Amino acid sequence: MDYLRLFLVFAKIGGFTFGGGLAMLPILQREIAEKRAWVTQEQLMDYYAIGQCTPGIIAVNVATFVGHQRKGIFGGVIATLGVVTPSVIIISLIAAFISNFQDVLLVRWAFDGIRPAVVALVINAALKIVKKSLVDAWTVAMFAVVLVLSTLTNVSPAVFVLAAGVCGILLKGGNRHAAAA
Amino acid sequence: MPLLLELFLRFFYVGLFSVGGGLATLPFLKEMGETTGWFTAAQLSDMVAVSESTPGPLGINMATYVGFQTAGVPGAILAVLGEVAPALVVIVAVSHVLMKFRDSKYVAYAFYGLRAASAGLIAMSCLSVAQLTLFNKGVFAETGNPVMAFNFWGFVLAVVLFVGLRKFPKLHPIAFVAFGAAAGIGFHYLIGG
Repeated sequence: MDYLRLFLVFAKIGGFTFGGGLAMLPILQREIAEKRAWVTQEQLMDYYAIGQCTPGIIAVNVATFVGHQRKGIFGGVIATLGVVTPSVIIISLIAAFISNFQDVLLVRWAFDGIRPAVVALVINAALKIVKKSLVDAWTVAMFAVVLVLSTLTNVSPAVFVLAAGVCGILLKGGNRHAAAA
Repeated sequence: MPLLLELFLRFFYVGLFSVGGGLATLPFLKEMGETTGWFTAAQLSDMVAVSESTPGPLGINMATYVGFQTAGVPGAILAVLGEVAPALVVIVAVSHVLMKFRDSKYVAYAFYGLRAASAGLIAMSCLSVAQLTLFNKGVFAETGNPVMAFNFWGFVLAVVLFVGLRKFPKLHPIAFVAFGAAAGIGFHYLIGG
């Protein structure tokens, strides 16, 4: 029963995400952090950070992570299958029956409204996360550096995530030693 | 090699080496089309358009599309399984290690820094999503006129929905997506196309 619920929740998330991994964030926040308390907003951040520097698709990686943390290896597999199942069904149907889906007028019209809606949703979701993760001057500084450098350069996200992890250990660990000495 | 096995293995390779989301798989798919002759570059750009206009993670939609065009429903399923298999193994391993060292203070210290970087990356992707939606770089390059390139109607809709999100935080995100779709159809209907 728990596995079925895990599958269905992630199928819902996969079926209503329009766009990339980031577009999944608002629905993930609602479904698994706010409505069900399976994870905290902070944990969701951690999974996003790791999902960006491991191979594969960010949205799927986050699903695998949540599934595994909740229900072990089998949970990871179930959540992964859940998040990809709507895509497999919808795309197969379109590929089989509609040869020029992107030319269907109504679809184009709808997407002209869905895209701005996604912009509003992701900005709202990002604001929640920024508030939670910027806890002091150091984190504000790291946030600003990553934001500027990732906008201006093509450096891999993995580099920023790993560097920030090391900075975290040095800053916090260093402070503790200083306090002890 | 049987076609289905080849599909699985080729997508396994894509899943293993593309780091950073759906669009990162695009160069690999381009190369796949050229080596196998399964699809042309023009078909690939159609697939991107369809994948962007349907729900679900972009990378998974692309894998389904290629798999289906190549070998029907079994092809779609094996392409998707191939694409997610490497990440599944890596993430389960990372997640397992994290659970083991959950109480280590060094893990907590690392995440203290990592969350700030993660927030920075999310803010960056947010800005690029907003730019892609609200500002047409192609039109700007062609006309040099920023006013023509600006999606004024989309901007108004995004602002209205953002205010709605702050006012009605209990409303489900899906409701806002549905409202956006209805507004898009209504807008085009009113202006006649």
